[in-house]
Amino acid sequence: MQAFFDYFDVILFVTLFVLGYFAGRWNERRHYASIRKRERELSGVLLFSNRFPPYVTGRVETRLVAGSAVISGDYFKNVLAGLYSFFGGRVRSYESLIDRARREAVLRMKAEARKFGSGMIINAKFQTFAVGGRNENSVRGVEILAYGTALGPAPRA
Amino acid sequence: MLLSNLEMVPGRRVLKHLGLVQGSTVRAKHVGKDLFAGLKNIVGGELKAYTELLQESREEATQRMVKQAEAAGANAILNIRYATSSITSGAAEIFAYGTAVVLE
Repeated sequence: MQAFFDYFDVILFVTLFVLGYFAGRWNERRHYASIRKRERELSGVLLFSNRFPPYVTGRVETRLVAGSAVISGDYFKNVLAGLYSFFGGRVRSYESLIDRARREAVLRMKAEARKFGSGMIINAKFQTFAVGGRNENSVRGVEILAYGTALGPAPRA
Repeated sequence: MLLSNLEMVPGRRVLKHLGLVQGSTVRAKHVGKDLFAGLKNIVGGELKAYTELLQESREEATQRMVKQAEAAGANAILNIRYATSSITSGAAEIFAYGTAVVLE
């Protein structure tokens, strides 16, 4: 029993590390499955970074649409990222995190455009924000905001 | 009020430029949400409370920008941009800006 208290820090760290690895992996898989499914459903909404619409004749309804998501890393990823920041190199564990946040944000933006009956979003802009900043003790997550202008149906000639 | 991040509106001419309008808000998270988010930080996943918080702030910043444009007599805001910056580790500023115009 004494040994348990002596090594409590180590035991806690290992528990969180292992829990973070398995729970994080499970969460990520489930999220990716959901992302892929919705991406197929919303593939009809086209996304462009063009500043101007492809058809400029006649009036077209427009609407500002946006989507955002804050995704948190898990304990395992955070420890790994800490190691990477020491050794340098590609932080793969965070790349997937940002990829998930960006795709989720795009999906939410597309869903909003579809609600408006639009099949096209132009002038797409992205913005990344680190929630919690660089403070080690605060909750950390990455927010991606995606916004653009949804165009209504093309006017019939 | 028409909002767009385009520099023009398809099929409509800009009659008058009224200049830059802006809106901003500084929001802090609250402890209860932070506690739950701290748990999420172990297992990973979306921090829904944070997503909502930032979204609400963005809507408020947009509303303030719209009010300014209304006061100037505009009927549209074009070329809208958003910016986010962390003031301290607990608070973030959301800033929205654009050009107020009168469309035909």
